[in-house]
Amino acid sequence: MKSVVSTDAQSPQGTTDSLSSKLRRKRKNGVAGYAFVSGYFILLALFGVAPAVYAICLAFTSTGGHFVGLSNFIKTGEDFRFIPAFENVAEYLLIWLGSLVVIVIGLALMLHSIARKVSAAFRFVFYLPGALAGAASVLVWLFMLDPTVSPWRLFLGVFGFQNLGQTILPGHLPLIFAIIAFWAGAGGWIVVTYGALNNIPNELIEAAELDGAGPLQTAIRIKLPLIKKWITFMLILAFAAGTQLFVEPQLVGEASLGLISPTWSPNELAYYFAFQNNNFNYAAAISVDLLVIGLLCAAVLVFRTKLFEVE
Amino acid sequence: MRFFNRVWTRTFSYIVLLAFTAFFMVPVIWLLFSPFKTDHQLISENPFALGTLENLGHAVRVMFTFEDYSLLNWLKNSAIYSFGGIFIALIFSIPAGYGLAHTQFIGRRTLLGITLFVMIMPATALVLPLFLEANSVHAVGTPLAVILPFSFFPFGVYLAYIFYSSSVPKDLLAAARIDGCNEWDVFRRIALPLARPIVALVTFFAFVANWNNFFLPFVMLPNSTNYPLPIGLQDLLSTTPAFNPGQGGQVGIYRPELAVATIVAMAPVMIVFLFAQRSLVSGLLAGSTKE
Repeated sequence: MKSVVSTDAQSPQGTTDSLSSKLRRKRKNGVAGYAFVSGYFILLALFGVAPAVYAICLAFTSTGGHFVGLSNFIKTGEDFRFIPAFENVAEYLLIWLGSLVVIVIGLALMLHSIARKVSAAFRFVFYLPGALAGAASVLVWLFMLDPTVSPWRLFLGVFGFQNLGQTILPGHLPLIFAIIAFWAGAGGWIVVTYGALNNIPNELIEAAELDGAGPLQTAIRIKLPLIKKWITFMLILAFAAGTQLFVEPQLVGEASLGLISPTWSPNELAYYFAFQNNNFNYAAAISVDLLVIGLLCAAVLVFRTKLFEVE
Repeated sequence: MRFFNRVWTRTFSYIVLLAFTAFFMVPVIWLLFSPFKTDHQLISENPFALGTLENLGHAVRVMFTFEDYSLLNWLKNSAIYSFGGIFIALIFSIPAGYGLAHTQFIGRRTLLGITLFVMIMPATALVLPLFLEANSVHAVGTPLAVILPFSFFPFGVYLAYIFYSSSVPKDLLAAARIDGCNEWDVFRRIALPLARPIVALVTFFAFVANWNNFFLPFVMLPNSTNYPLPIGLQDLLSTTPAFNPGQGGQVGIYRPELAVATIVAMAPVMIVFLFAQRSLVSGLLAGSTKE
């Protein structure tokens, strides 16, 4: 009896299992299951769910703790800094996502068409700046954008930039943040896209070549359609992360002598409400806006693509 | 015609790839070269001119002794926060991943689904809510306000889940049960010893994420003695005359010193990258798909 109970449920005996022993097994196993996930469950509850729920509560109440409906969302939405902050980020996202589609995929396709050993070296070099993500990457780029010390000074000179103040004018920021994001983040995506290309069966590519397709045609007509879901994956994740921009405008603002608004991005605005105005309800309202965007992205990825199959 | 087409595409590919190699590598190389020069040399000389060891010694000395060895303190803080978070994350995510993959219980699929959601959602979206929560229990300013949120690492749970469900056959565990192991023994004697690749992967991803995290410690730790390196870098940035000419030069932090601090901040991740290179490429994919 015992052996029947503990063999795999998919085995033939499993079907002849009596109902009660099946249940017993499930219950016994179930208790163990809870024990295994309990620690993680507590972390998830405390640091994943609770803060979100608490932010939602704050977003719907006044400073005095009364329920105020959508009032905080409307008031923050009407704030003169709200729309510009989202516009800034939208402009940044447009450039960043555009460069992901064109350059990352382009580079991955090129890497895929050259010798494996050589491409491995390129991939590593492209990936390396990822080590400087965050504050370090911004600091490095402040050097790169300062025409007085930059190794690209000739290049910056062509555009007529004489000092850092001119390069980091507010109008240039979306492009600059996109360049920083690309420098630190594109390598990882190139590796992922290359991996996806590698999964394409060789016969398919050979068949296309036999039929007379050149390298460009093979890339566009065969390879691209086959990695479409990876492109979607990359775009949604990059979009979700991009809406959360904080450290880049914060640090560049530090070096701009007050030229750049301290509420450049939505997260900065939320931070500003919390720390400068001590209005946690407004801060929570904007946080919830951003949470909803993040959740929507996750929902699209989970439900619309088949990338995360759980069993 | 076909032949020329091929040669042309290949040449074009290499030109583009080399151009991007310059784009990705020049900033890193410049950063590594700059502490060997004085601030004046950085402005007046060729960007890739070689400096002297003497200058490097000076920049390192100034940077490390700045404000009573602040840099070392930040480095220590960064290490405590990052590894504290990783340690707790590992303790909880490995059994959780195993439980999700090899046990049956009510709510398992739901938990898996929520994990997936939280994992995809950018962690930054939860920073201000976490701050509001920590503030309501008066935990702001304590290292635990950073370490505990770091220890919640759903991606690690997902990696462990994928690993256990794809590489550890159910039959193996069933055999152990027949031999008389209870559920805990099965985990401890069979599943846990197999978890080594997961420990490596989770440590790598959590380390890179924790070490470079800016926003969370920025809101949670207002006191400069608690800063991790990224916040320390911002602190340096706001005090240096290199980027804020209004600031007095008495602190002695110029570009070479800033470069030293940046190198110190990136070096641990860079070292991890170099060591993990091989497993990294497959790991990146393993994390995002289930074969």
